Amino acid sequence: MTAIAEERTTIERRGSSHAVAEFLLRFRELGIVLALVLVFGGTSADNTNFLSATNVQQILSGAAIIALLAIGETIVVVTRNVDLSIGSVLGIAAYATGVLYVHHPHVSLVVVFMLAIAIGVACGVVNGLVVTVARVPSLVVTLGTLYIIRGIDGAWSGGNQVNASMLPDSFNKIGYGTLAGVPYLGIIAIVAVAIATYAMRSFRTARDFYAIGSDPDAARLAGIPVGRRVFLAFVLSGAIAGLAGAFWLSLYGSVDAIAGVGYEFQVIAAVVVGGVAIFGGSGTVFGAALGALLLNTIYSALVVVNVSSFWSQAFSGGLLVAAIAFDRLVAVRVAPALRTRRRARV
Amino acid sequence: MTTPPSPALLSLEHAEKSFGAVHALVDGDIELRAGEVHGLVGENGAGKSTLVKILAGVHRPDAGRLLIDGEEAIFDNAKQSQAAGIAIIFQEPTLFPDLSVAENIFVGMQPLKRFRRIDGRRMRREAAGVFGQLGVRVDPDRIARGLSIADQQLVEIAKALTTNARVIVMDEPTAALTSTEVERLFGIVETLRARGNAVLFVSHRLEEIFAICQRVTVMRDGRHVLTRPIGELTIPAVIRAMVGRDMDALFPKVPAEAGRTVLKVEHLTREGVFTDVSFEVRAGEIVALAGLVGAGRTEVARAIFGIDRFDAGTVEVQGRRLPPGSPTAAMGAGVGLVPEDRRQQGLVMDFSIERNIALASLHNVSRGGLIPRGAERRFARDWALRLQLKYGRLANPAWTLSGGNQQKVVLAKWLARSPSLLIVDEPTRGIDVGTKAEVHRLLSELAAQGVAVLMISSELPEVLGMADRIVVLFEGRIMREFTRAEATEDAIMHAATGLVEEAA
Repeated sequence: MTAIAEERTTIERRGSSHAVAEFLLRFRELGIVLALVLVFGGTSADNTNFLSATNVQQILSGAAIIALLAIGETIVVVTRNVDLSIGSVLGIAAYATGVLYVHHPHVSLVVVFMLAIAIGVACGVVNGLVVTVARVPSLVVTLGTLYIIRGIDGAWSGGNQVNASMLPDSFNKIGYGTLAGVPYLGIIAIVAVAIATYAMRSFRTARDFYAIGSDPDAARLAGIPVGRRVFLAFVLSGAIAGLAGAFWLSLYGSVDAIAGVGYEFQVIAAVVVGGVAIFGGSGTVFGAALGALLLNTIYSALVVVNVSSFWSQAFSGGLLVAAIAFDRLVAVRVAPALRTRRRARV
Repeated sequence: MTTPPSPALLSLEHAEKSFGAVHALVDGDIELRAGEVHGLVGENGAGKSTLVKILAGVHRPDAGRLLIDGEEAIFDNAKQSQAAGIAIIFQEPTLFPDLSVAENIFVGMQPLKRFRRIDGRRMRREAAGVFGQLGVRVDPDRIARGLSIADQQLVEIAKALTTNARVIVMDEPTAALTSTEVERLFGIVETLRARGNAVLFVSHRLEEIFAICQRVTVMRDGRHVLTRPIGELTIPAVIRAMVGRDMDALFPKVPAEAGRTVLKVEHLTREGVFTDVSFEVRAGEIVALAGLVGAGRTEVARAIFGIDRFDAGTVEVQGRRLPPGSPTAAMGAGVGLVPEDRRQQGLVMDFSIERNIALASLHNVSRGGLIPRGAERRFARDWALRLQLKYGRLANPAWTLSGGNQQKVVLAKWLARSPSLLIVDEPTRGIDVGTKAEVHRLLSELAAQGVAVLMISSELPEVLGMADRIVVLFEGRIMREFTRAEATEDAIMHAATGLVEEAA
């Protein structure tokens, strides 16, 4: 009780309720950074190899793929939808990229990435159309496309595998290359997250996403083309998942029919842990990317300290539930503060 | 009228709209002139909302013409209506809770800087400027979640001003406002009128219509009945036009002998919400909890019924102490609660009418743990008949009913349990005049049968007309208690605003 009261007075002293929200948002991102430091510190105390350049680069590259996917997922979740098909989209785009190289070894990188993005866009268009035109809940639609796309991928690859040896080095280098010790993929993800974070704040279309997720009916009344925006969100998510597929292949070098299985849940966990409200309307790409980095760091930390991968799954599940519980708690605590402000003002 | 009427900014002529077999609007007419506040009144189901939604571009009329500045206009969506200079302030404002106030004002039309980026600084500055014009203080940077209804309306009005809307439609704007907030709103409406805007003011509260409107349009059963300058009308005349018949006494409480004490509340306290609340309700009595919105009336009722816990004090029903926080125990002791928000809390809107009526009496209806449809229907039909419920089929979902009939369903649900104490929270909010009188008659009859009624109401005439005793709350404390004979509108308002004179 006293803790709450104290917190309330500090909040009020901060001057405006905007500051409350701002503070809690910062607090979330700060909390993730803090958790990262703890995980790194704790694990490297147990095993110094954890802080080795190679290991940190590996974590960063893996997190980069999840963070990229998290950009698209954040856009979709902010509109009060969800895209479960991204893992499958990543898988089929990665396989298509590999097959393209097998048949046309000298094809230019631009064409390769265009193809990967095009496949993602196609998947996103299907998701977006069924969600907006047929008005099927996105949870159901993308659960369906998750299996449909995976099925097509499996039938197409038929147990075949594309190996790094079949891929040109210019392509593989994207996966293993570094600049000043930072892997290319990490740089790409950082730049992409920075651009997306800024864009989500600064463009009308992006603010429409937030408005739709905050209250779809109000959005319709405000004249926002809800259907078109939600459609766009799915297309963007698909496009990013396709692109991430090509990056995924460059990182791991070989691809078969199970590439990216289960990624959707890792990504959604990252998005939620990163502070994006699961029922839409709020959250940042930056937060989601931090969430991706944290989860990926935890996975590899658990491997380093010899915890079985089953436990690391359980752990990420626990973190997901904890993040949502935390959000509820914050909402419950902020509500009276917001109301108090109102009374003080009137 | 000696001065020539100002030109019509907007007129809707002979508009029709049907939803399936329901003719919501048969002949909708309205004409709004620059610099006038135009009242629109009618019972629920008279077609006011449909008319408003046509102006909003939400519905497209099946027939009829809409003229803006004398030119025919057709709206396919809300955006076109906005572009034509029409802004709608809905009864429950539709803000985006997660966005800031400034963003809510400028949604979809944020000021831009280079590369089509949103100019956040200008957006905040302009928002603050509009609030300045309206003479109110709202922080443009705070998120909309947690704003009072009144402040939410202000945001909507600010939005209307930034779009340079000339026609501003307010759909029941005062339904959830306190009296100070209503005064502030009236001031703003006057500002808008003086600027040359046309304001369409939809309200159930005729005193308000007579306080601020220059002309009034009355609708009944989807048809235009009359449009006249306010000076040529009286409240009884408007009511007559609305219901198509004379209404005799609006609040027919029959005096009843007060019996034994049914509800005894002592020193009830919930930290930060209400403090040291003590009162009694006896059988046959109607006791009103009066006070401003936010005074803690609903919260006291919720604590009595056990929805919220209380920190100190006792609640006794028929001499039995109720444990805090247990609606089941309260129901077992014979308490019923008709909540303020019937759509969210009083009814399961997607359930059928019969299921809603039987919901609190399943122990009477069920056989061996199963609920036979036939028994449920017989049970519901009986109560529907007693309360003169107007419905299509009992198997229809509750949302198909009008507001007044929905309220009857909530009442039926509790009456079916033959309660000894019935708590009714704003029993007639948003209900048309005819049904309102029926609800009043019903409550009065219940009291006469020996039920103790605790009524929460924001409408003073209702409080004065119905209650045997009036308990006035102010900021969570009992300010005063009045008997029916002592109570006047002035005295209650004084107490409700905390202005009770110690000497008196």
